[in-house]
Amino acid sequence: MATVIFPDFLWPLTGGLKDTEVGGERYRDLVEQLDSRFPGIAERLEKTAVAIDGQIHQDAYLEPLEPDSEVVFMPRIEGG
Amino acid sequence: MAAQNEFKVIGTSPVRPDGVDKVTGRAEFAADQTMSNAVVGKVLRSPHAHANIKSIDLTDARALPGVYAVICGADFPEAGGGDIGGEGGGSLKDVAQNVMARGKALYHGHAVAAVAAASNEAADAALAAIKVEYEALPPVLDVVKAMEDDSPLLDDQCFTKNLPETPDKPSNIAAVMNLVRGDVDEGFAEADEIIEQEYKIPMAHQGYIEPHACCATINEEGKATVWCSTQGPFEFRQMTAGICGMKLSQVRIVSSEIGGGFGGKTVVYLEPVAVMLSKHAGRPVKMTMTREEVFRATGPTSGTVVRVKVGAKKDGTLTAATAWLAYEAGAFAGAPMGPGAMTILAPYKIDNFKISAFDVLVNKPKVAAYRAPGAPQSMHAMESALDDMARKLGMDPLDLRMVNAAEEGTTAPYGAKFPVIGLKACLEAAKKHPNYTKKLNDGVGRGVAVGFWFNVGGESSAEAHVNEDGSVTVLEANPDIGGSRASMCLMAAETLGVPYESVKTYIGDTETSGWTMVTGGSRVTFATGMAVVQACEDIIAQCKARAASTWGVDESMVEWRDGEAVPAPGANIDVEPLTLADIAGKSAKTGGPILGRAALNAQGAGPSFSVNIAEVEVDKETGRTELLGFTAVQDAGRAIHKAYVEGQLQGGAAQGIGWALNEEYIFNADGVMENAGFLDYRIPVASDLPMIDTVVIEVPNPSHPYGVRGVGETPIVAPLAAVSNAVADAVGFRIADLPLSPPKVLEAIDSRA
Repeated sequence: MATVIFPDFLWPLTGGLKDTEVGGERYRDLVEQLDSRFPGIAERLEKTAVAIDGQIHQDAYLEPLEPDSEVVFMPRIEGG
Repeated sequence: MAAQNEFKVIGTSPVRPDGVDKVTGRAEFAADQTMSNAVVGKVLRSPHAHANIKSIDLTDARALPGVYAVICGADFPEAGGGDIGGEGGGSLKDVAQNVMARGKALYHGHAVAAVAAASNEAADAALAAIKVEYEALPPVLDVVKAMEDDSPLLDDQCFTKNLPETPDKPSNIAAVMNLVRGDVDEGFAEADEIIEQEYKIPMAHQGYIEPHACCATINEEGKATVWCSTQGPFEFRQMTAGICGMKLSQVRIVSSEIGGGFGGKTVVYLEPVAVMLSKHAGRPVKMTMTREEVFRATGPTSGTVVRVKVGAKKDGTLTAATAWLAYEAGAFAGAPMGPGAMTILAPYKIDNFKISAFDVLVNKPKVAAYRAPGAPQSMHAMESALDDMARKLGMDPLDLRMVNAAEEGTTAPYGAKFPVIGLKACLEAAKKHPNYTKKLNDGVGRGVAVGFWFNVGGESSAEAHVNEDGSVTVLEANPDIGGSRASMCLMAAETLGVPYESVKTYIGDTETSGWTMVTGGSRVTFATGMAVVQACEDIIAQCKARAASTWGVDESMVEWRDGEAVPAPGANIDVEPLTLADIAGKSAKTGGPILGRAALNAQGAGPSFSVNIAEVEVDKETGRTELLGFTAVQDAGRAIHKAYVEGQLQGGAAQGIGWALNEEYIFNADGVMENAGFLDYRIPVASDLPMIDTVVIEVPNPSHPYGVRGVGETPIVAPLAAVSNAVADAVGFRIADLPLSPPKVLEAIDSRA
């Protein structure tokens, strides 16, 4: 099960939950499961970057997850 | 990944391919684009910083001779939903209203109408004939006061985002962000020393030399073509089409050479206006901003108020920190407070912190991205506080940073664990640099600071065409701001094993290139470079197949080495190597032209750290600060074009130094910028700066075939605090607010006398 960490801007959608554990082989599976628990979070995550085991992705859709992966959502960075 | 000594051209510094055209005036910038029957487009701008627009009467202006079109917000369709990516982007609706006001003018200089006319004089007469009735409102100019409950509101539909509960009252605070770890009270209780300070930095502009300009035309089929100065032609297409109510396929964006952007040319200002004017005028419309318009009506970066408290043990270990960051968004939401919050403690291991950041509407221009958006302001505060902490602890300021330095596996404040990073290597290089170890003359101060930026990857496309003589043409779509053409040529040449001179890179437009994300985020050499490398690998695969078919052997018996197809080790075949030129010259016999291509979404941009050393002398009679020396140390992962990387470090340093010492938007009580020109908004000129020494650290990024990390943004982060810390060392006390202009420094010195 991947450990998922929610930043404060997602707390309104998670009911204040700061972290959880979710299964899934790929990132999209994880998002589907999260959306079933926290309806509407998938849409919000479309605009959110994610760090999977330290690697920051702007679009992680197909990224594989390991059983002990750490998934951290964060605001998208684009820079100048 | 190959080690540095295995490279043939990477790491060299050949003459830039665009250099001659630029120094001879042959290069075409946006304002150089002309069309034979083009008319002049100009914008009428609000004289008020905050006002309701009660009515706009265009009748008289439209009746004037030589006037082809007069438009205002009512002539644009309602902008649809959707967000514009990037710091300073925001919603498409906001960008549309920033391009042309609807109902309210939200800053002095906000566009309220536009004209297209046969001449400058006719356009000016038309602007003068437009009648706008305003109801002036009190301007909201102070970011802290703007956050108060009783502040006048810019937007009564703005409800603070990211709060636990949806607020029932509107506010100028568009969004908040919090980052929390551990228990700050416990952390401060463990501290032997605590530093607490408020730091203010006014709004500042990127100061690119080329003003915004464009030329737009619409053909008989309703298709618009726009030549313009942009960092992101595909994003400009999306924004222009969305604001003008057109399909993407009805808009083509052609990027000109670009005379600087630094993030400021990632959003549209003139382009949708020129398209709408052209639609109404039936002629091409050319628009060029004056410098005054660039200052008043494009996107600078946020002014900020940052409050920092940090605690440390006697050995320098940081025990706790809090940070409160208020960022001016300007007239619409979108201040880079998120990156500001995420970067402020990024270089350090720290168990207890609470960071709160605010995106605040004020009646000033809507901010845009500026090199490492948000980071220079927040890190100026923490790096200044750490400097004061080092003094209090009697520690070397680099040692204090080394004690707490993040490394591979450290959890960054934003929650992600760092991959391999080069912060400690930068600190070590700075510590032993002669500019740090040398003895300073009396009255001279030295300051150091650390900088950080995430860097990004993203979507890029590239093609590589092999010409019949074996030369190679690379086509990609990132406007070349920082020397990317040379870097693409170097990576292509290295990959193919051919001379640098045989590769040329060209920048395509939205209809000749595959979709490519903006030139920004320090992403181009990393992401588009990755696409170019893959396109060249595609060529190699094709060449090996063609050599195999020429020799009548299996592909597994062919290897590509130093630009030639040769028999693979162990292959018992008696053939002469085939060069790229050999294969290309006979490509018609082996399957036709050779074209490699790649389109990807690059992942794994490596974070970049820097350490800067500033050396200053302060004239205590005038308050004038003279920069005597500046050293920029930065991890580039791998420097593809060495001189360009050094140039990025120097350019970022120059901008950061200007921001530290002189640059600021000065607003009067009515919200009118009083220094909207380079005479009064003083960016550094060559004579203001010493030689900026550089040290390029190379801790390769394992996610890139050649180890590239972005280098374009990190260089601007540390100079603000490095200079400020040097001034504090020179005068013997902290001046917390920037810029450290002579009047401010003199006032601070006099107040302590």
